[in-house]
Amino acid sequence: MDNPLHPFELHNFVHLSLFGIDVSLNKAVLMMWVVIAVVAGLLLFAAANRRLVPSRLQSLAELLVEFVRGIILDTMGEYGLRFFPFIATLFLFILFSNLLGLIPGSYTVTSQIVVTAVFSITVYVISLVLGFVLHGVKFLGILVPPGTPAWLLPLMIPIELISQLARPISLAVRLFANMTAGHVILGVLFGLAIAGGALIGWLPFAFTIAMYALEVGIAFIQAYIFTVLTCVYLGDAVHLHGHESHAH
Amino acid sequence: MDSAASALLGMGMAAAGFAGAGVGIGYIFGKMIEAVARQPEAEGRVGKYMWIGFALVEAIALYGLVIAFIIMGLRK
Repeated sequence: MDNPLHPFELHNFVHLSLFGIDVSLNKAVLMMWVVIAVVAGLLLFAAANRRLVPSRLQSLAELLVEFVRGIILDTMGEYGLRFFPFIATLFLFILFSNLLGLIPGSYTVTSQIVVTAVFSITVYVISLVLGFVLHGVKFLGILVPPGTPAWLLPLMIPIELISQLARPISLAVRLFANMTAGHVILGVLFGLAIAGGALIGWLPFAFTIAMYALEVGIAFIQAYIFTVLTCVYLGDAVHLHGHESHAH
Repeated sequence: MDSAASALLGMGMAAAGFAGAGVGIGYIFGKMIEAVARQPEAEGRVGKYMWIGFALVEAIALYGLVIAFIIMGLRK
């Protein structure tokens, strides 16, 4: 094992250039198409013949939709439901790219920081624009926690500014690092199992199976966390110290 | 000390941050068990926040891993 990050390197299959922008095909691009096809196919197929007594597939789709709806209602309240399409798309894309990436031989799109950074920066820009549209200049009050005495302001404003700016970074790095680290750990353990041979190799192999189960859980939890934090950040912009945004 | 050795040392030290996350995760689950033992009917509501806290703490450990990777990329 010279370099545990080797499986994450991307090599272009086809070199394409569109108006000077690199749009080459590689494993990550193909995997994104697969994820989109699976999500869209699943939901379209589940919604194709709706019944009052749902079939199994329809129950699954209803479960997913109700789950995202519950997250939004818990963190943002009724107002948040107008962001439902955006948040549900984000959740389903991240969830399915995490889960499909666990299939051996496929590729985890979310283990590229550029993908997660685009998501988190988009979420952050939306929350900023939303805050300034809804509250105008008063939105700058997000830098001052309610009840701060005036003499603490020179200290609190820089701290709050840093914590605001850390939001998109931590959101992106959390998902990227979890996915990358999980796959590196699986790779290292499996390498140990092969190197150990039949005599002792079963021990790391058993660990590999246990870690794989944990990774399936992590794939779900990370998609959930990303969605919850997206809702919390958007909710902060909507309510601005409102009583409904104390979910974190 | 030559730079290759110090890079390896730095990667190890970055990974040592896992100790803090271990304490944090143990604390979260310990408190969760304590809370559920005191008030079993609160498990559903508390459990949600436990998983959020678990993921946040685990992510902090992984920042150390990211720093180790950055050092690994720089040392060539």
